[in-house]
Amino acid sequence: MNIYADNAATTKMSRTAIDAMLPFLEDNFGNPSSLYSVGQRAKEALEQARATVARAIGADAREIIFTSGGSEADNQAILSAAATGEKKGKRHIVSDAIEHHAVLHTLEKLENNGFEVTYLPVHENGIVRVDELEAAIREDTCLVTVMFANNEIGTLQPVREIGAICRRRSVLFHTDAVQAVGHVPIDVGANNIDMLSASAHKFHGPKGVGFLYAKRSVKLSNLIEGGAQERGLRAGTENVAGIAAMAAALDEAVADMDANAKKLTTLRERLIRGLAQIPHSALNGDAEKRLPGNVSFCFEGIEGESLLLLLDDKGICASSGSACTSGSLDPSHVLLAIGRVHDVAHGSLRLTLGEDATEDQIDYITESVKEVVGTLRNFSPVWRDLLAGKTSFIL
Amino acid sequence: MALYSEKVMDHFRNPRNVGVIEDADGVGEVGNAKCGDIMKIYLKIEDGIIADVKFETFGCASAIASSSMATELIKGKPLSEATELTNKAVAEALDGLPAHKLHCSVLAEEAIQAALEDYYAKHPEAGGK
Ligand SMILES: Cc1ncc(COP(=O)(O)O)c(C=O)c1O
Ligand SMILES: [Zn+2]
Repeated sequence: MNIYADNAATTKMSRTAIDAMLPFLEDNFGNPSSLYSVGQRAKEALEQARATVARAIGADAREIIFTSGGSEADNQAILSAAATGEKKGKRHIVSDAIEHHAVLHTLEKLENNGFEVTYLPVHENGIVRVDELEAAIREDTCLVTVMFANNEIGTLQPVREIGAICRRRSVLFHTDAVQAVGHVPIDVGANNIDMLSASAHKFHGPKGVGFLYAKRSVKLSNLIEGGAQERGLRAGTENVAGIAAMAAALDEAVADMDANAKKLTTLRERLIRGLAQIPHSALNGDAEKRLPGNVSFCFEGIEGESLLLLLDDKGICASSGSACTSGSLDPSHVLLAIGRVHDVAHGSLRLTLGEDATEDQIDYITESVKEVVGTLRNFSPVWRDLLAGKTSFIL
Repeated sequence: MALYSEKVMDHFRNPRNVGVIEDADGVGEVGNAKCGDIMKIYLKIEDGIIADVKFETFGCASAIASSSMATELIKGKPLSEATELTNKAVAEALDGLPAHKLHCSVLAEEAIQAALEDYYAKHPEAGGK
């Protein structure tokens, strides 16, 4: 069996998205800035895509800037808010411990330039507490940036409450919604979101394209200088084919959202029930407030990379922490933030299901993980010490 | 995955000399769970020869394959040769390891040296270093 269960890393492009892309690689190859008709057709497609994307999150088309993906959108949102804040002498930002590195590293850069950042704890369930968030806001706070959904443990943050607090306290609110867009309902108006980042390849669109929503009252500064594209806020000839494909993919994801979420939630629960039978294991993150397709577990006594490679031998593609985390030796900052100690955090497994997953696949995954965890525990000195009572079980 | 050589994958999938020696003459454990790799080596020594060796490893594919290869390299060898085992030899025997995974083969060398030291400490008559 071949099962791709790493949809948080990236998704396969949908047929709809590929079909939407092709005309702009072929006949409609023009530059949207050109006046002749082949250019104007590209321009029209661009503006249609903008309207589609805006509709999907309850925004106005004028509030969408196309970017090269989620990372760029995160960078631009945060640096823009910081630039505006700095002019008013506001150099404090509120964020949290489990943000994606696109956010964390941008914040780090600001910290090196005299900004102060409060990283809210997320507690055992992987969710920030709104009372703590409100208490962290100061006179000189220029931005609150808290992600909509976490990429590793799938937890959904209380975005509506955070938006309401930010509105009341007159602080800009940015949310990295890369994992949420196209998967859970988002309404930027109802949630008082001032800025939102999204990435096409997480909802069956192409890689290297995304968007930043910024409310009309928000002043953006641009990361990339050059031509007047994107109202002068993001220079560079637009990735027309990618943008058209992103819009088509998002349109489809929104149309099928309820059905997909329902199906995925049922499969997710089945998988969680199955994996929970493995002794000394635990689900990471809140059991209910999580993305429909996200299952994240820790297994005591084993290490994640071995687990992934043995699962790969069984045809299962999974991950252990974020793709960006692999290659570094420290276990994921997200797992550490929810209180998993190093030993346990190393034994993590993330399975993020796609809409085409089946019950049979879920059962196959469950059986495979059980077998592989057993194999690795069999020759793990950590597991031996736990069984012998020399060390105590944590999970 | 092309991250690892065929040799590494073979030793990872089918590790040699896995297990425990209950009445081992020397035991060495190195690494810690913080860095993500822990290795334990058990030695049985007869007449100055590594008569048997077993290992247990908690860690990545590189750590498991390095332990397996290291045990193969010293099994049946005289103590003097085992003492000379280097992480370089382990990595080479595995047809190389990715740069950021080299530290795992260092652990294999260290685990074996720790087991040998344990043996020499218990058997001062054997000489040691
Ligand atoms: C939460 C989150 N933010 C940002 C990104 C970065 O998006 P992109 O790969 O489009 O730059 C990712 C992708 O891994 C993500 O999961
Ligand atoms: Zn390792």
